[in-house]
Amino acid sequence: MSSLAVRKTAPAAGTTPGTAQGPPLRRRIALIPTATLVVGALYCLLPVAWVAVAATKSGTELFSTFTFLPGTGFADNVAELNAYRDGVYWTWMGNSALYAGLGALLSTAVSAISGYALAIYRFRGRETMFNVLMAGVLMPPVILAVPQYLLLAKADLTDSYASVLLPLILSPYGIYLARIYAAAAVPPDVVEAGRMDGAGELRIFTRIALPMMVPGLVTVFLFQFVAVWNNFMLPYIMLSDDEKFPITLGLYTLLEQGANTPALYTLVITGALLAVLPLIALFLVIQRFWSLDLLSGAVKS
Amino acid sequence: MKSAPYAHPSPTTALKGALRAPYLFLLPAAILFALFFALPIGYALWLSLHKIEVKGLGLGSGAREEVWAGLSHYADTLTDSELLDGALRVLGYGLIVIPVMLGLALLFALMLDSERVRFTPVTRLAIFLPYAIPGVVAALLWGFLYLPDVSPFHFLLDKAGLPQPDLLDGGPLYIALSNIAVWGGTGFNMIVIYTSLKAIPVEVYEAAKLDGCSPLQIALKIKIPMVAPSLVLTFFFSIIATLQVFSEPTTLRPLTNSLSTTWSPLMKVYQDAFGKNDIHSAAATAVVIAFVTLALSFGFLRLANSRNQEEAR
Repeated sequence: MSSLAVRKTAPAAGTTPGTAQGPPLRRRIALIPTATLVVGALYCLLPVAWVAVAATKSGTELFSTFTFLPGTGFADNVAELNAYRDGVYWTWMGNSALYAGLGALLSTAVSAISGYALAIYRFRGRETMFNVLMAGVLMPPVILAVPQYLLLAKADLTDSYASVLLPLILSPYGIYLARIYAAAAVPPDVVEAGRMDGAGELRIFTRIALPMMVPGLVTVFLFQFVAVWNNFMLPYIMLSDDEKFPITLGLYTLLEQGANTPALYTLVITGALLAVLPLIALFLVIQRFWSLDLLSGAVKS
Repeated sequence: MKSAPYAHPSPTTALKGALRAPYLFLLPAAILFALFFALPIGYALWLSLHKIEVKGLGLGSGAREEVWAGLSHYADTLTDSELLDGALRVLGYGLIVIPVMLGLALLFALMLDSERVRFTPVTRLAIFLPYAIPGVVAALLWGFLYLPDVSPFHFLLDKAGLPQPDLLDGGPLYIALSNIAVWGGTGFNMIVIYTSLKAIPVEVYEAAKLDGCSPLQIALKIKIPMVAPSLVLTFFFSIIATLQVFSEPTTLRPLTNSLSTTWSPLMKVYQDAFGKNDIHSAAATAVVIAFVTLALSFGFLRLANSRNQEEAR
């Protein structure tokens, strides 16, 4: 049983009399709202559509043919990208997957146990602790990133995988979401029953509460995955060895080199397309069984 | 339960476990907070109040010493015209991004929430899609769409015989940069507002509908006031994010000469710290930016709250 559900999803017949009104057949379409949303969707898809078409063009086609006319060079572009500096592009993709995957996993674990503790237990300093952790969300990354770099330099940890992973594990927003989900999904009686059976607190958390929190934790994981995948400033500051670059930083350096050499444009464009495909695919697959609304902490009370 | 083969922990040890558990559970978060939030902030403050003093010829290990600098870095920061220019640029940028982005987010959320609207699963996902695209890649994609050689806009304007504005220079540059932020941020804010719209009980609309209110009136008089808290929240976080703009202008830099390395205050911090190796004044600038950001965002929050209270009276 999933106790996490979105409020009022589709206007199911009979439950929401307001929206189920009107003639059952030939329901009129609300033209203005539909048109507005379609225009908005087209605007949001425009750059993605452009890059998908542009990546098929050879270097000369890119400058000579109309933008939205497909070209003939996609296979060549991909081959060229694969060959670029012995396939460093795929190293960047692998690094991004590592940073985002492992980072989000660790972050979700910390958020889950913290959120659970804040939601289930009544203890001294609970609200203070919560507020202090939440204050982290308000801290502009800039005041953190430069001193983080200098401190990690003292520990000889800059230019390492750890320097990009560690600062992003603690996610105030993740803890906030996990607290909401734990409060909604884990009934206090269940925790009490676990205690009656003599289970330790950690065991109650891992065996009983954690499985109940899974739908919410998927959201925390995704949120954090996207946050790490999209991060640019932290790796930009921390890393100098391009074998450790994530894809964002790799594409940036590629653009930096390619800006003055239009011959490299196709490389950048193809790289950009292949970099956005995994996340788009992820969202398309996931939205079948996961609702976007969970991102803003919507739970059924 | 009379003759349990295993010993139950006595109530007191169980109680102790339950008392200790939350602190143990919060330990990882507390350690991470101390190491990666509290310590860096403290270190930034410390750095901002110190400077390097070179002794003798500046050679050898003891020749460079960090000494107390008082508020001198802050005085420099606050009178730095380069930083002020950057702040004004970002202010102009923010005045475009925040109203347009949140206006569109609210508009789309209301449209999603209206009756008999079609294709919502697809359009909602499409508008949300840019959230999954890194700011760097977004800037790169739009950067190419702005670039005269490959831009479809320039192509069409050229075919139509119309003048082609340089989107990567002067006033249009603000619009070009703002557009990237609006494109990237509208979807997420739309979801936040839409979620709170869906939390409004239907009964609330029923009465208004029976009274003959049009959908527009319902949206303006009922829905928008009821989602005001989430609008305030999205505003609050948008201010923080906008004042921190860094990756988009940094990514566009290779494509235009109009973006300096100190275009936004954050880029100046980076430039001071790593370009000029002056970490002390960079720290002071970072502290000032953080302070201004928090002052602006909390100022806005107070303003919004006092408005609400006045209306409640």
